[in-house]
Amino acid sequence: MVNLGSIWQNLLASQAPLQSMTGNATTMAGLATYSLPQLPYAYNALEPYISAQIMELHHSKHHQTYVTNLNNALKVHVAAIASSDIPAQIAQQPAIKFNGGGHINHSLFWKNLAPAETPETNYSKAAPSLAAEIEKTWGSFDEFKKAFSAALLGIQGSGWGWLVKESTAEKGRLRIITTKDQDPVVGGEVPVFGVDMWEHAYYLQYLNGKAAYVENIWKVINWKTAEERFQGSREDAFADLKALL
Amino acid sequence: MERDISDSRNQSANSLTLSLSLDKQAVTMSASLFRATPVARSALRAASAVKPAATFVRGKATLPDLQYDYGALEPYISSKIMELHHSKHHQTYVNGLNSALTTIAEAESKGDFTKAASVAPLLNFHGGGHLNHTLFWENLAPASREGGGSPDGALGKAITTEFGSFESFVKQMNAALAGIQGSGWAWLAKDKAANGKLALITRANQDPVTGNYVPLLGIDAWEHAYYLQYENRKAEYFEAIWNVINWKTVAKRFEA
Ligand SMILES: [Fe+2]
Ligand SMILES: [Fe+2]
Repeated sequence: MVNLGSIWQNLLASQAPLQSMTGNATTMAGLATYSLPQLPYAYNALEPYISAQIMELHHSKHHQTYVTNLNNALKVHVAAIASSDIPAQIAQQPAIKFNGGGHINHSLFWKNLAPAETPETNYSKAAPSLAAEIEKTWGSFDEFKKAFSAALLGIQGSGWGWLVKESTAEKGRLRIITTKDQDPVVGGEVPVFGVDMWEHAYYLQYLNGKAAYVENIWKVINWKTAEERFQGSREDAFADLKALL
Repeated sequence: MERDISDSRNQSANSLTLSLSLDKQAVTMSASLFRATPVARSALRAASAVKPAATFVRGKATLPDLQYDYGALEPYISSKIMELHHSKHHQTYVNGLNSALTTIAEAESKGDFTKAASVAPLLNFHGGGHLNHTLFWENLAPASREGGGSPDGALGKAITTEFGSFESFVKQMNAALAGIQGSGWAWLAKDKAANGKLALITRANQDPVTGNYVPLLGIDAWEHAYYLQYENRKAEYFEAIWNVINWKTVAKRFEA
């Protein structure tokens, strides 16, 4: 590996979540090539709440594009490192963040969804410790749901809503956050579950009625995954992904 | 029991309007949206003198009429997209803008400037959405009428000077559109600070073009602008839209 001191170190640090997903990556001369993770259910498994057509396009086209563009950006970036071209390295960073974020976010999202009316989507049975913490924090599940839904509907433009567990200051505390575009949750929090609020996530089925999408997403939240992430560390949330692939 | 999709879709249409009671007057088609602009500006000057309520009501933003039918931009932009985009999305920005203005006016009358200031992001988002879409509709025309082709005259010359050629300008604008990470717009604008020189700029979400830039031609790169027809193939939408650009409007704005 070319020794580029702190620049390379910083980059590695900023890519930590990606690094832990290398279960589906082939490493060639220090360059990881990421690939699209398989869905843990069929495209039509979330019907009628999310249509098969949305799931297929979202996974096989949108997520694939993030993966493809991430690999391309990393390739250019590695070449820029090899040629000690710092401006060219910096120029790739927005693309790495956007497409790497898109890859991370969607990988987490697929896993925190599950077919409705299955053991995985049974909130109180599948997520006992998370449920206790949610009720401690918001008073009741309904209050939490109201707050989370309002956060989702308040996003101006493309973005995501997340339930996160603090892992540094106020360790263990739950919080609702929103992130713009494909910004990933990489500030040290544990992502418990996320909801994609890009229009491509619902438009073919719900059109401009995003409130109905938000109402229905609760039917397909995988509380088993949420419970596991809540109990685990940030590394576990990403490692969990790796085990799936 | 589980609510069925069609049922909840109907309910959502209402909850989407930011729980605003929809003023019937706001839905009435009216001549020009720019009636709203002075109000938006004065609202931004939050600390300005208290205005009588009548002034505010007169300045209510309304959804502008399209100068062509919903189906008139086919096959480049489908009728269904146009109808939803205009009657639902744009209407939601109009409602959200009026709601923000009402909140500001009420806060202002109580001297609650903290409350007034807290509405600034909503004012920017919905006010921007209203302005951007109004400019956008006027930027479009059926291919069988003024739509498509390339501009001549002073605008055509300026484009060649700035971008090398018309084809090169289209290529650069499409690249700017494709490069938007998330929702946003790309604009051909006139830079008043640089003797009216043309500039290609992008704006995130519904941020309006302001300051020294005069917006001449805007293209909506939100997914709702193309998804029902082009799905994830947004490059095809960016190619197609040039067939329905109304260069007469762009030239008029350039020469103004
Ligand atoms: Fe997505
Ligand atoms: Fe739009």
